[in-house]
Amino acid sequence: MSSRYALRFAALGYLALLLGIPVTLVFINAFDEGIAAAWSAVTTPEAQHAFYLTAVMVAVAVPLNTIFGVLCALAIVRQRFRGRAVLNALVDLPFAVSPVVVGLALLLVYNRRDGWAGEWLADHGVRIIFSTPGMILATMFVSLPFVVREVIPVLREIGTEQEQAAATLGAGGLQTFFRITLPAIRWGVAYGVVLTTARALGEFGAVSVVSGRISGETQTATLFVEDRFEAFDQTGAYAAGVVLALLALVTLLAMNLIKPKEGQA
Amino acid sequence: MAYLSFVALIPLAAVVVRSLDGGLDSFWAAVSSPQAVAALRLTLIASLIVVVINAVTGTLIAWVLVRDAFPGKGIVNSLIDLPFALPTIVAGLTLLAFYGPDSPVGLNLAFTQASVAMALLFVTLPFVVRAVQPVLLELDREMEQAAESLGAGRATVFRRIILPNLLPAIIAGAGLAFARAIGEFGSLVLLTGNIPFKTEAASVFIFSQVQSDNPVGAAAVSVVLLLVALVVLLIFGLISKRVLRHEQ
Repeated sequence: MSSRYALRFAALGYLALLLGIPVTLVFINAFDEGIAAAWSAVTTPEAQHAFYLTAVMVAVAVPLNTIFGVLCALAIVRQRFRGRAVLNALVDLPFAVSPVVVGLALLLVYNRRDGWAGEWLADHGVRIIFSTPGMILATMFVSLPFVVREVIPVLREIGTEQEQAAATLGAGGLQTFFRITLPAIRWGVAYGVVLTTARALGEFGAVSVVSGRISGETQTATLFVEDRFEAFDQTGAYAAGVVLALLALVTLLAMNLIKPKEGQA
Repeated sequence: MAYLSFVALIPLAAVVVRSLDGGLDSFWAAVSSPQAVAALRLTLIASLIVVVINAVTGTLIAWVLVRDAFPGKGIVNSLIDLPFALPTIVAGLTLLAFYGPDSPVGLNLAFTQASVAMALLFVTLPFVVRAVQPVLLELDREMEQAAESLGAGRATVFRRIILPNLLPAIIAGAGLAFARAIGEFGSLVLLTGNIPFKTEAASVFIFSQVQSDNPVGAAAVSVVLLLVALVVLLIFGLISKRVLRHEQ
């Protein structure tokens, strides 16, 4: 039995050193100068704007990626068309691409000077790079695959019998989707949405490249953390970090609440 | 499909095209500049070390979470996903708090190459654990009991029965961890100091090239990273499938 305790000790010790103790320290450091100092650090106009901007990213990217994710999963599982396997592989691409490369890619297409679409957009007065639309695009890119990946296995599992039954009873395509398919895949979608939200909240590299990092304008919460740290404002950096860490913990909680229900759905 | 194109495919194509803007010669010059080579080498070596460590510790953690029982196991189990949920910049801040200049135990790894590996270990922690866990749960205990009744020791049972069954999952998880590690950026920014030739990883190098208005150089190194990630995912996927088929 002693080997069992040795293994347990080794595994938990590793987790404590890598994960537990450092994360706890972030909380301690944030409140180093008292709760009031931490609170005022995350309620400055810059901080408020940064969190507001992050909320905008999430509010736009998550619904769009959810709709795309469900449609894409339906196409991959339920339809037969040329390039289905290619689409299936391409959807995972954002997982394999470094966030910085994502940012660079968007920069190359949408920048005003020599981007592929930049000139046309500039003529029409649309500004993408160094402003909110570019950052939303970056967020969408990195969080693209989550809903698709979570919904595909559920769709495979439930099969098509109920959908066919609904169709024989005279239900149209839309009616079948909303009455049969969507309720059946709802936990898969929910799980995907949670993962998408977590990724969108925390995106740093891609947003960093396309944002231009203008404080109070194109600075998201993660960029704000970096900015505060570079400005030797420890309390500000750690306090904003704690807010993001709390959001991450809420995400974990949501994941745990949703996951067991997958089996029942 | 159009959505996918505008958000992901066209921009990625632009990276490939731009990297070849000045012809193959300038692509090669950008990729083989000493600073680029140093950055790529650091990223690849650090990722490799991290993946090997992950394969061992990830399997160990999965084992303890499945086969052991202790109070608070459920909490530990859900905390494994924290590195996925935590923004990478906060991950860097987190490690800096314990392993930085203000470390309460006087262990300052900041701005060293060890800090690069540290950050990568943090962000890739869940991959192997989450790949191995379900396989270990499904694993038939009877095989192990049969082996033990035939006189096999614990080490032999692990080596001959358990490990071969887990191997496809370990390899698959390691492949994902490697792909993630070579592209990692956020957690490195604060922790490693980004010193060229020493602690500057490939993604950080790309970022600095973008900032200093050298998109072609940045695109060239990006293409190398993309290719490595795709090849690695392909190879690990194939190995994992082959081992699986071999088992059956």
